[in-house]
Amino acid sequence: MPDPGHLTALEEQIDQWRNYLRRRQAIHSVDVAELEDHLREQIAVLTEAGLAPDEAFLVAVKRIGDLDTLSREFAREHSERLWKQLVATPSESGGPPAAARTDAFVAFGLAVAAAIAIKVPGLFGIDLDGHNGFYVRNLCLFVLPLLTGYFVWKRQLDVRTVRWLAAAFVGAVVLVNLYPFAPEGATEGLTGLHLPIALWLAVGIAYAGSRWNQVGGRMDFIRFSGELFIYYVLIALGGGVFSGFMALIFESIGIDIEPFWGSWILLPGAAGAVLVASWLVEAKQSVIENMAPVLTRLFTPLFAIMLVTFLVTLLWTGRGIEIERDVLVAFDLLLVVVLGLVLYSISARDPQSPPGVFDVVQVVLLISALLADVVALWAIAARISEFGFSPNKLAALGMNVILLVNLAWSTVLNIRFLRGNGPFTDLERWQTAYLPVYAGWAVLVVIVFPPVFGYI
Amino acid sequence: MELNKDLIAASSTPMVLAILAEGDSYGYAILKRVRELSSGQMEWTDGMLYPVLHRLERLGYVEARWVVPESGRRRKYYRITSRGRAQLAEERKQWQTVDAALRGIWRMLAVSIPSLHPVAVTHQFQGA
Repeated sequence: MPDPGHLTALEEQIDQWRNYLRRRQAIHSVDVAELEDHLREQIAVLTEAGLAPDEAFLVAVKRIGDLDTLSREFAREHSERLWKQLVATPSESGGPPAAARTDAFVAFGLAVAAAIAIKVPGLFGIDLDGHNGFYVRNLCLFVLPLLTGYFVWKRQLDVRTVRWLAAAFVGAVVLVNLYPFAPEGATEGLTGLHLPIALWLAVGIAYAGSRWNQVGGRMDFIRFSGELFIYYVLIALGGGVFSGFMALIFESIGIDIEPFWGSWILLPGAAGAVLVASWLVEAKQSVIENMAPVLTRLFTPLFAIMLVTFLVTLLWTGRGIEIERDVLVAFDLLLVVVLGLVLYSISARDPQSPPGVFDVVQVVLLISALLADVVALWAIAARISEFGFSPNKLAALGMNVILLVNLAWSTVLNIRFLRGNGPFTDLERWQTAYLPVYAGWAVLVVIVFPPVFGYI
Repeated sequence: MELNKDLIAASSTPMVLAILAEGDSYGYAILKRVRELSSGQMEWTDGMLYPVLHRLERLGYVEARWVVPESGRRRKYYRITSRGRAQLAEERKQWQTVDAALRGIWRMLAVSIPSLHPVAVTHQFQGA
């Protein structure tokens, strides 16, 4: 029987060990409790075999294993925790501040490069006023290669991947500039709209690096995209205020900045801001990381109520959906928003927690959105012969079907999860596996639509 | 015996699922069972079991619950789910395939250089 003095010493040692373990971000306190239970049982067995408590403690700690390796294993398993750990505040992570500074220099260097690149065509007489179409088609090609380059540098991608990414961008440049688009034509606008969607996949492959084929890697990319969007909107708001003040104070001395502003502030600023926002997301993941999920929590119930009210009104009044020019686009956007709400509630969710009220609300949202969209599609299909297929209509319809399929299956998986017939990860896996479909459709629109519709 | 890290990682899923198929259990007891089953030949680093258990939980193969026994210290128990049983059957099939292939190879080796592999010779004898 060990004496009481030994026991208090042991408790102190366990306390220290516990505190040391708690500092690891990837190991949550419930996991610490689980590991502590293990440690205590091991110690009990060893002391029974005749070891002194402090000896038993040492052996038991040794058996649990190296804590760095262990916390890495936990981080790999719980990548959502790793996401928080990636925060590059130099003081906390203990990493060298020099690395963070290099990162900032590279990001800002690339932002300046993007801002300058977008002015280069102007030197050759291709200005914004006269060559609108050129900018519509090429705009994303001034920014996304640089953004991809940033991640290629940051993730140290292998040469083979880099070659594929470069090929994708070169192919895009050649394609959009060799196709003989009719000026101001519909297919040109579609190309401008779909090319960024297609190339965003290249950014994702560079972002996730070797983890692109894992659910965790793609989920991180989805998180990154959402946060980038929020940062970008914030920067754009700031840019708006900045421009407003610039206009005001120059007006006071009788100078109109309007002609200068569009080509020297708006365009380069918008291009550079993408790089800056990406760097911010990378560097300060924790500061605003919960923003997209918070917005999701706020708006999921509101959208659900709005859509249910819409459906009830539709039934009650017996009105048909009026097929105007933009109605399909409106429903596309609705599905995009609903998809965003689903994605960002998945991204912030602890996959192990049981279904709750919020999941029910989400299913209501999904079902009502699907019903509303089906009503719209049905109305359009009934009158499709009158319209014929224009490139815009076909592109909108294709996007609608792609989103509808995704949301329909998400609904099924969500209901299964609610009824306890499947784990939550099925939904996560479905969403991450679906990512290439959007890019595939966008590539189709960019490559096939213009020739098929005669470049109108 | 010092087993290859990849081999331990690959075999951990069927091992843990099979042990849980015997009955609900918790971390320490699962490790003890691994040691018993391999007659002390398989040494896992204790802590590494928990990320494995959490992965199985995330995939829906096991369910976890906290139990507070009379003695006071709460403990996390794991139970295999129907999905986990299906996965176990699948893993079993795969391992049997690998095992069968390897056995064939050992037998061949045993024929060509019998003196160096007394263990493999016994296998061949049993197989014949």
